[in-house]
Amino acid sequence: MATTYKAIATVTLSSGGAASIDFTSIPQIYTDLVLKISGRLSTNDNYYSMKINGSLVNFSNRSLLGNGSTAGSENWVDNYNIIAERADSTANTFGNAEVYIPNYAGSANKSLSIDSVTENNATGAICFLNASLWAGTAAITALGIRNITGGNIAQHSTATLYGIKNS
Amino acid sequence: MAITYEPIATETVVGSSTNSVSFTGISGAYTDIVFVCEIVASGDVSTRIRFNSDTGSNYSQTDLRGNGSSATSTRTSSAAQISLGVGTATNQTNVIGSINNYSNATTYKTVLLRFNNPAEFTGARVGLWRNTNAITGIEFFVSAGNWVAGSTFTLYGIKAA
Repeated sequence: MATTYKAIATVTLSSGGAASIDFTSIPQIYTDLVLKISGRLSTNDNYYSMKINGSLVNFSNRSLLGNGSTAGSENWVDNYNIIAERADSTANTFGNAEVYIPNYAGSANKSLSIDSVTENNATGAICFLNASLWAGTAAITALGIRNITGGNIAQHSTATLYGIKNS
Repeated sequence: MAITYEPIATETVVGSSTNSVSFTGISGAYTDIVFVCEIVASGDVSTRIRFNSDTGSNYSQTDLRGNGSSATSTRTSSAAQISLGVGTATNQTNVIGSINNYSNATTYKTVLLRFNNPAEFTGARVGLWRNTNAITGIEFFVSAGNWVAGSTFTLYGIKAA
């Protein structure tokens, strides 16, 4: 039987980091995609943006977040997709995130289930659940994350893209 | 390497008159079940799940959700199903659920859900089926109306080794 949960590619950033992590030429042989991220920004920003087929636009979001003292919800029309560990967070702490994209090769708009967390043994840590929609009907052939302000993602940040088959 | 994340079955809605999808004869060979649904419905209706054809009031649920302006928590007791969320004709809803230890015959069965409707809300939910039987059947159904063609329902089995 074929491997059902397969690592397609992993990117680990080296010295200096990079503005984005990108996966291109994604095979169309899976049913779903899962992107797992261990990362940190080089700037004091709070979010990664998703990139689908190179696009940073046409995203909408409903998010639920808790910061250790309050819980809230936001309705983002921009690409505030994934919470990120900031540069001023405790040294060596990296946030985690999982992005699940069902039916990524289909012809409908793409819905994303995103769970992301930061924790730094201090206030300012965030648990962030997000429902994200990319209003695009094209099959996803490229996927990535970007520092929302265009700064870098830090060295040692890692992202792995998995493909999930249903047969 | 052993296959540990194994597809059990997928159902894709064809046409515009489907309001129920059932998976039966689920093997007890796995440790856990994961289901992934991408749903578009013909209206603002609820997609639901129940087990082993049990239509009794043996289900309950508690959730935490955000609608874009506030965070809330709700619960339902003694229901005839667990609600997965809603889908509309213009928006994809996805639901990812985990049923851990689904095949044991000793404990009630608990479901952990992440539900996402980007036009309305996101959240996490726990559902409980108050029955000790192993889960061998799972039914997804809609409260009213139908799903839109292309909606998909997939079951995966997770093995320990």
